[in-house]
Amino acid sequence: MNIALADIRHNLGRFLLTCLGLGLLMGVALSMVGIYQGVVAEALALSRSLAADVWVVESGTRGPFAEASRLPGDAREMVQRVPGVAAAGSITLRTAEARTPQGLIRVQVMGYEPGRPGGPSALKTGRGLGGARFEVVADQRAQLAVGATVLLGGDRYTVVGTTRGLVASGGDPLLFMTLRDSQELQFKLAPPAARRASAAGAGAGSIDSINAVIAKLHAGADANAVAETLRRWKHLAALTDAEQSELLTRSVVNRARVQLGMFTVVLLFVSAVIIALIIYTMTMDKLREIATLKLIGAPDRTIVGLVLQQALILGGLGYAAATVLVFSVRDVFPRAVALGVAEVAIMAGIIGTICVLGSLLSIRAALRIEPQQALGS
Amino acid sequence: MITPLVRIERLSKTFGSGDTAVRALVDVDLVIGPGEVVGLKGPSGSGKSTLLNVIACILEPTSGRFSLNGDTIWDGRYLATDLRRLRRERIGFIFQFHNLLPFLNAIDNVALAMTLAGVPAAEARRRAADLLDYLQVGKRATAMPARLSGGEAQRVAIARALANRPRIILADEPTAALDSERARVVMDLLRHVAREQEAAVLVVTHDEKIFDRFDRMVSLRDGRIEDDLRRAA
Repeated sequence: MNIALADIRHNLGRFLLTCLGLGLLMGVALSMVGIYQGVVAEALALSRSLAADVWVVESGTRGPFAEASRLPGDAREMVQRVPGVAAAGSITLRTAEARTPQGLIRVQVMGYEPGRPGGPSALKTGRGLGGARFEVVADQRAQLAVGATVLLGGDRYTVVGTTRGLVASGGDPLLFMTLRDSQELQFKLAPPAARRASAAGAGAGSIDSINAVIAKLHAGADANAVAETLRRWKHLAALTDAEQSELLTRSVVNRARVQLGMFTVVLLFVSAVIIALIIYTMTMDKLREIATLKLIGAPDRTIVGLVLQQALILGGLGYAAATVLVFSVRDVFPRAVALGVAEVAIMAGIIGTICVLGSLLSIRAALRIEPQQALGS
Repeated sequence: MITPLVRIERLSKTFGSGDTAVRALVDVDLVIGPGEVVGLKGPSGSGKSTLLNVIACILEPTSGRFSLNGDTIWDGRYLATDLRRLRRERIGFIFQFHNLLPFLNAIDNVALAMTLAGVPAAEARRRAADLLDYLQVGKRATAMPARLSGGEAQRVAIARALANRPRIILADEPTAALDSERARVVMDLLRHVAREQEAAVLVVTHDEKIFDRFDRMVSLRDGRIEDDLRRAA
């Protein structure tokens, strides 16, 4: 007979309510883990989708995500000619406000040359960009269906396709358009002074500028060697995809990542204290029963088993409730809550450890209960 | 020669020390043989419960010596290393307020005492059912303690105390919560067990209605044995 389960059955309603309360707390902690992972995943979403081997940006910068980068429009031809490069594509990136049927939303506009690297790797609905002007492919987070129209820089764009999970590091949905459209948009959205300079033919305001060139290499080509070659051009800098990913997580979203990480640690600490207190209260509620068990000769392992099993069942049920809760509502969150099997399993391990550690105080108290405490009225 | 089941020699127990010391037991000598049912009476604070707790190895004496079933348990220090094992295998304890575990039904309360002593679960339940039948509460085997009457709960508690067939049965006012008739039934039962199992039964009581159920009546006052009267046969 399992006395831990028997005691739980005896106070089932109260125990389940405690599990539910604890589950809500664990749900918050689990959500934070998911949000933390989501920030990293979203920061890397675009670079992973583009699957570039080398990023070519303006010399002295670490663009185009961490810093502003500006290259002449012909940089792509130069990159294309470097040995080892299989394909290269120019891209532009800028944040803009788009007027959509749902209202004004902030988007990250990305221009690329259809047929060259830089476009979305997979579509959820619709089609990719062709040669036509004023078409966009929007990420589903923009909540734009195929056929919807978007007003950007005074021009009306038609949504021809949608993607899934392609957002900027800040969580804004990506809007893909042709390079030419994006360059014109950049010009239209630029400050009036820059627009005037550009119209007068000054170089700094030239429309034919891009933010980066992404290169895909031939199989077997060494990305570091190609990047080294590209760095010899004094107006270019080059980063391998690994360096770009490192930059995105260590620089672009570092503060958010650390902030969320710290908050998650604080939440886990608070959870640990609350779990320990709940287990302690549950144990002290059974003071007389534990004393009786000792009086009828129950060994310490029976008492330890009672406390520990209840702690683990409490943690297990609470965590199960938390997992169901978070997975049920995670799509409601404005930013990605990225939870996979690994995160859920690691968190389960942490909760299990917290339960075991949290029950130590209760076990110590339970072992100190004197048998004669069962004899009082 | 019959070995006494309980032998206490010049046993003392003092709580605290210095000016605040309280001498709960003073040089107590007591011998209880197999099959004997001994009553222990005395005013509040006379040391009855302390003596019971010392014999149950719940309280450590201050001086003296005592042995159970021929084995010296305490002689300046505990000689037995596992006191809880001693309690579960050799001593049956009946409480004033039955102290059944509220989360186990009657039969599991009794069976638990046996499983703690290493009896397989199925065997423990079978024997528990037999014991409850013997104590005439078999029909209430699956009832939770909260659903048992005072008399039923006390009989289940007695069944638990008898579960491992202990040779020493200690009872702390087991009839306090019972009416006269049920109190007599409980005492007759303890007498029956004492005879059948050749067990020593020591009962703390204030209940004069059951005094005639004891073979001996020991009176304590201020921690000392005042009288040790054997009932006329």
